[in-house]
Amino acid sequence: MARTLAQPATLAVTRARRWKIDWHAVTAHAILVAAVALLAFPLYYAFVISTQTLSQVTTMPPRPWPSTAIVANYVEAWQRAQMGRMLINSAIVALSVAVGKIAISLLSAFAIVYFDFRGKQVVFWMIFVTLMLPVPVRIVSTYQVMSVLGWVNTYWGLTVPLMASATGTFLFRQFFRTIPDSLAEAAQLDGAGPMRFLWTILLPLSKANMAALFVILFVYGWNDYLWPLMITNTPNMRTAVIGIETLVPRTSQLPEWNVAMAAAMMVLLPPVAVIVAMQRWFVKGLIETEK
Amino acid sequence: MKRSVFPNRWLPYALVAPQIVITVVFFFWPAFDSLRLSLYRASPFGDRLIFVGLTNFERLFRDDASLRSLVTSFVFSFAVTFVGLALALLLASLANAKIRGLTVYRSLLLWPYGIAPVIAGIIWLFVFHPSYGILPWLLSFVTTYQFNWFLKGWVAMSLIIVAAIWKQFGYNLAFYLAGLQAIETSVLEAASVDGAGPIRRFFAITFPLLSPVTFFLFTLNMTFSFFDAFALVHAVTQGGPGDATSILVYRAWKDGFEGLQLGYSAAQSVVLMALVIVLTAFQFRFAEKKVTY
Amino acid sequence: MKALLARMIALVAIAVVAAPSTAVARTEIQWWHAMTAVLGERVNDIAAKFNASQSDYEVKAVYKGSYPDTLNAAIAAYRAKQPPHIVQVYEVGTQTMLSSGAVYPVYQLVKDHGVTIDWNDVIGPVRSYYSSGGNLYSMAFNSSTPVLFYNKDLFKKAGLPDKPPATWDEVEAAAKKLVASGAKCGFSAAWPSWTLVENMHALHDQPFADHANGFDGLATTLKINGAFGVKMMELLQRAAKEGWFIYNGRLNKAEANMGNGECGVFLTSSAYIGNLTKASEGKFTWATGPLPRLAGFPQQGNSIIGGATLWVLKGAKPEEYKGVAQFFKYLASTENQAWWAGVTGYLPISNSAVKAMEASGHFAKNPQQLTAIKQMQSGKMTPNSQGIRLGNFASVRDAIEEQMENIFSGKKTAKQGLDDAVAKSSDILKEFAALYK
Repeated sequence: MARTLAQPATLAVTRARRWKIDWHAVTAHAILVAAVALLAFPLYYAFVISTQTLSQVTTMPPRPWPSTAIVANYVEAWQRAQMGRMLINSAIVALSVAVGKIAISLLSAFAIVYFDFRGKQVVFWMIFVTLMLPVPVRIVSTYQVMSVLGWVNTYWGLTVPLMASATGTFLFRQFFRTIPDSLAEAAQLDGAGPMRFLWTILLPLSKANMAALFVILFVYGWNDYLWPLMITNTPNMRTAVIGIETLVPRTSQLPEWNVAMAAAMMVLLPPVAVIVAMQRWFVKGLIETEK
Repeated sequence: MKRSVFPNRWLPYALVAPQIVITVVFFFWPAFDSLRLSLYRASPFGDRLIFVGLTNFERLFRDDASLRSLVTSFVFSFAVTFVGLALALLLASLANAKIRGLTVYRSLLLWPYGIAPVIAGIIWLFVFHPSYGILPWLLSFVTTYQFNWFLKGWVAMSLIIVAAIWKQFGYNLAFYLAGLQAIETSVLEAASVDGAGPIRRFFAITFPLLSPVTFFLFTLNMTFSFFDAFALVHAVTQGGPGDATSILVYRAWKDGFEGLQLGYSAAQSVVLMALVIVLTAFQFRFAEKKVTY
Repeated sequence: MKALLARMIALVAIAVVAAPSTAVARTEIQWWHAMTAVLGERVNDIAAKFNASQSDYEVKAVYKGSYPDTLNAAIAAYRAKQPPHIVQVYEVGTQTMLSSGAVYPVYQLVKDHGVTIDWNDVIGPVRSYYSSGGNLYSMAFNSSTPVLFYNKDLFKKAGLPDKPPATWDEVEAAAKKLVASGAKCGFSAAWPSWTLVENMHALHDQPFADHANGFDGLATTLKINGAFGVKMMELLQRAAKEGWFIYNGRLNKAEANMGNGECGVFLTSSAYIGNLTKASEGKFTWATGPLPRLAGFPQQGNSIIGGATLWVLKGAKPEEYKGVAQFFKYLASTENQAWWAGVTGYLPISNSAVKAMEASGHFAKNPQQLTAIKQMQSGKMTPNSQGIRLGNFASVRDAIEEQMENIFSGKKTAKQGLDDAVAKSSDILKEFAALYK
């Protein structure tokens, strides 16, 4: 008797709880889907444009669904901008900058956090200040330095100057500071040298951070525009974002937005793919340093 | 907090050497060169270099366009940062349920971060295009008001603010989502048991616990809108109409690169640099006090 | 196995024989330019044609970005002692180049290397714009001049006769009728400062700046706030308010509105003909006419040119300059001039090229291209219409267009806006002049 009485009550409670969870989840899903859609719309639209013919692009009302000229446009964009080579160049730059910067900033952060040395504060501020002066402003002088070194129109010239920045060092510094002191003490008691400590203990702990930094730097290296434009003189050294420039119907000519969008799609795919593939590490790494 | 340090004397120098070398050669040297230029009147090709002391700065402060540019920059940066973060936080809070597929959503939201500002600008330029764009066309059904951003400064400003927020949005949202998920539900439950309503809970507990994330995102968005948004303005509005969207960094670049007035441009860079240093110092001060770990 | 080996040997042998013999390496000439899309392809075409026509030199055409980007790249390269040989600089950079001391004047270059180009054959306005002391300092390449375009279909719909409006009064009347008949845009213009201020002043023999527009010495003050300038801007301000003039942005952003058939009357560079042809294909018909004139002011000036020319930078080796001279000789030939002008829509640079194009029936097939030429030929060369040469011209133009936008949107009166433009430009011009005191 008691059980049957209890059942409706439990059922009611369960139903109520189920209701509550459902509502919350439904709203959550709805909002997220809306956000995703809103965010994705411009890109979807760009994709649609990249599949249309020129006359479809220029006639109103706009057609919000893909059309048939997709192969033609992409082939056209690929050939006109010599995409193959450009994508390779972008990849080289993005990867070199990411790897190089990670290595360099890791070492510096390690030194700053785990050593006491004369001029440490000065070194710290020197690195910090690099965040303050934007590239467009020091670009002409940097070019002169490049030519003195003979690095104009070379991969060295494209990559090394982009490694002069502080984001990585900061990230690692913040992270290292959250690592319990006991580890370092233990290592020293064990008689392990600093490099050993770095290699066997710090590095594995820093994986998430390195992944996060990799994503940021890869995107940065891939998307940088002004510097590669200045430093390269021949089409076979150019990066992809510059290749697009020649296709954008901006200060001239036919509004061949369809070809331009096709090129844009090809160029934005790799960095976006990197973000999507590594997003868990990316967020984890950056969140952890903020603790 | 006194940290445990290693005793080596020379090793640290060796470790920081690569970074310092690169920083000095590729940053300080060119930076000093550019800054030195702010005290000169320079011809583009380098054939004339006349020392003029603070004349460039005088001209800068005399020109009312400088003040407008400063205001424009602040309006832009604050709009992008505050609106962007608020929207992201709002959405993240509403969506913070233990639902499945959060990682899928996250990847779907993060990707605009990977789009080059140039490309984001081009896409939005096309969306807003008065002749071919879908947005003006849609709006024409609702109102006859001409959203001609070539003529109306506030429309142009809205255009770049929207494009910038769009680009940063997924990133902000993802971080807030992650931050919210990391908050122990026990804390919130305890508060609700204590009788605190959801809004009170939010402001008393959630928001403070999110402060590291907020601080981080705040810094990032401000830096982006002061510096990296250059590519956006360059690709879309070129500072116009008039100088409605001429943010500081764009103006500095334009006077230097298109106007070829190198000394004047360098002076603007000095001012910009000083401004950002002050802002960052402020942030760090503020953060030290407010950020709770 | 043996068959396979034999085949492999045969393949290698063929490869060795067929491989291009790296005989004497050609001297490379770097040519930095700012042409994109179709024009960029034409640039590559002409470089390729030259390279194929001889075996000593190879011209490498490199796209370096927009006109300002290209100029800056050249400057940076020059300062780093690695300049390109040839750089394409837009017309507003003329004074900067002339004052720089980094330039190898073209007339000097060809003379030094035994090449003869008939400079007298160069069409008047181009010659005057780029000459100093009667000698051409840069190689004319892509010059254009603004003309009036009108949409025949929209005209028909509005009940207007099929001919271009010749005066501003006619433009107003036509535009008002167009708007009444449902056209989205009665009148618009691209390159606002160039078409509506610089060219209008030159067309009506009005001074644009002191020192004869900068030809007699470095200009320090603009004169665009005189009676003519104010009347012109007042007209446009009223037009914008009344709705028959739609302002569509700086540079050539506005061309989009002509190309999609929205605008009835339009002012822009003659170089737009090529693109308009493609954009309007199958959609609407159009034609060109000379620039409209304002009643009550002198009618006998001339329009001024826009576009860019090729400048040669110092700092390269003598044998490389020889190649540059050869390349310029190639460019200047009547046949190549006619080809270039024909495929791009830019003005043919020499009178001989104009005649050749007439003879070949090119203008019969493309009558619109003739409008610009006729306009230039019928104009008079006066101190006010020989061109404009200002230091920091790019910034000056910016200042002017900024105030134009204030005027069109009604924020300032025409007089106030022009006065402000003059004041701002004076600052800019004086900066430049102070460099070369």
